[in-house]
Amino acid sequence: MSLQPQLSTAVNEGRLELTASGSWTADHARALEPLIDTVARQGEQARPATIDMRNVSEFDTYGAWLLERLTREWSARGKELRVQALPERYRGLFEELHHANREAPRRPGGESRLLLALEAVGRAVTELGRDLLVFVNMLGALGQAVTNVLLRPQTFRITSAVHHLDRVGWQAVPIILLITFLIGGIISQQGFFHFRKFGADEYVVDMVGILVLREIGVLIVAIMVAGRSGSSYTAELGSMKMREEIDALRTMGFDPVEVLILPRVLALVCALPLLTFLGSMAALYGGGLVAWLYGDMSPEIFVTRLREAISVTHFKVGIIKAPFMALAIGVVACSEGLRVKGSAESLGLQTTTSVVKSIFLVIVLDGLFAIFFASIGM
Amino acid sequence: MANAGERAAIRVRDLVVGFDDHVVLDGLSLDVERGEILGLVGGSGSGKSVLLRTIIGLLPKRQGSIEVLGVDRDRASEAERRAIERRWGVLFQQGALFSSLTALQNVQFPMREYLDLSDRLLQEIALAKLEMVGLDASDGAKLPAELSGGMTKRVALARALALDPEIVFLDEPTSGLDPIAAGDFDELIKTLQQTLGLTVFMVTHDLDSLSTVCDRVAALADGKVIAVGPVSTLAQSLHPWMRAYFAGRRARTRAGEPSHLPTRTS
Repeated sequence: MSLQPQLSTAVNEGRLELTASGSWTADHARALEPLIDTVARQGEQARPATIDMRNVSEFDTYGAWLLERLTREWSARGKELRVQALPERYRGLFEELHHANREAPRRPGGESRLLLALEAVGRAVTELGRDLLVFVNMLGALGQAVTNVLLRPQTFRITSAVHHLDRVGWQAVPIILLITFLIGGIISQQGFFHFRKFGADEYVVDMVGILVLREIGVLIVAIMVAGRSGSSYTAELGSMKMREEIDALRTMGFDPVEVLILPRVLALVCALPLLTFLGSMAALYGGGLVAWLYGDMSPEIFVTRLREAISVTHFKVGIIKAPFMALAIGVVACSEGLRVKGSAESLGLQTTTSVVKSIFLVIVLDGLFAIFFASIGM
Repeated sequence: MANAGERAAIRVRDLVVGFDDHVVLDGLSLDVERGEILGLVGGSGSGKSVLLRTIIGLLPKRQGSIEVLGVDRDRASEAERRAIERRWGVLFQQGALFSSLTALQNVQFPMREYLDLSDRLLQEIALAKLEMVGLDASDGAKLPAELSGGMTKRVALARALALDPEIVFLDEPTSGLDPIAAGDFDELIKTLQQTLGLTVFMVTHDLDSLSTVCDRVAALADGKVIAVGPVSTLAQSLHPWMRAYFAGRRARTRAGEPSHLPTRTS
């Protein structure tokens, strides 16, 4: 049934006579196209031609288009290619393709590479400015929502907030404990390995204690939360945006910031200090365990040494940073979620951006806090 | 001999489909002839889309057999199944365009996958397909998010037709379109069906589509096909759902018969 397409040529009384046969279909388009192009090039002597389609067994859009292309080659040279004996049932399709591809598609203009590079830089800078604006905008909207809720406490969505607290707080506990426990253990092991050379074993406890409470505990937890909960906030809000749920809320007279974002951000702000506390404890525990098993330091000595080495100040420095980092993560995650456009690609892009930006902000904030605490002497 | 089996484009026998303890299709049989436009009607939740999705293999069936173009999926090899999938096109209710590709790339996607074409031919054929469904080259460069509802359906139809299929499945092609756009779309389906010699299997709610486009209509109720035939014969049916459907106010208003609404003054 399905035959190789063929196109034979003969010259008769100054006319080019083409005879087509076989299947002029999608499956054979690869073989058919060169046949058509060869004949089109032969036609350069520019003589009128006829093509006999009697023996074509199958014919679809692909065949019809190639036939149309051939006739256009001829008419471009001011000659005529007459199509003969095309079976009746295919005629409508061939007619249809007379109208196709009449407009040449626009080619993208060839701009200079330098200009394109400059344009990209310019766009990136304005994008940066816009990012900042979006962040501040969301912060402002959140502030407004908080004020509204304070004025009318009954409008606060307590169920939603508790639900999110469960998701970002309680359900994150096992993984946070595990990761911080391991990090604490690794710091301790590295400490013993290197400090032993100077006989400074006992300072490992100082290092573990201060590092974990001031920096590592809160940083690791914030980064984990940004990856785990920030991304899910962005994806959730993004898909709600895509399915017009957020527009629906707005038209019903609800403020999406108040209904969706405030409970989420609030849950994060509550959860992060709690997780930081748990994480720091797990890291100290991990450090102590490694000190005992690897560094031959008994738990009693570790605890006594720890008590001398650290003070509540160290703990405070760590824990004070947590809610601010949570706020940064929440605001970035939610505002990126609202920037999602219609496509699945944009959802993925925005989610990635959200995680990258919030981790970046967390680290920048940590640096700013380090300067701040150093200057007030904490 | 082969012709007898091949005459029906789609042959469904004693099909049972269900989810958990809920049976949606219960012993359904239906034939779709080659070259016809069959409309499938039924109330919401009667299993129209389930039938369509089962035929194209997206839902598992519990019992029964489905033959498409003479091939039973259960007994077909992987290669045969792919060959059949290449011979049909599906228009999903929401278009289901790939959102990261432009309209033109959406149409080119199945061509790239199945056919070995030169870039020039790929471009030309895809543009021709878009033009056949009433769009132009500038629409081809747009992303699905930038298209209106009617344009999305048109691009999706162009994609369904990309490989010049023999059967086209349409899931509520005119839903979400305004009556004028829906009428145009019906017209388009009819024209394309005639020029390309398609078999069309169409799930629809739209009474206008049924009477202007469909050669035959199958009505689905209680998990079975309760009647098949031209719209005019179906309208005479005594089944309560059919009576409600064809004799309802909307149907009568359409037909210009007396109803509670003053439709026209003579």
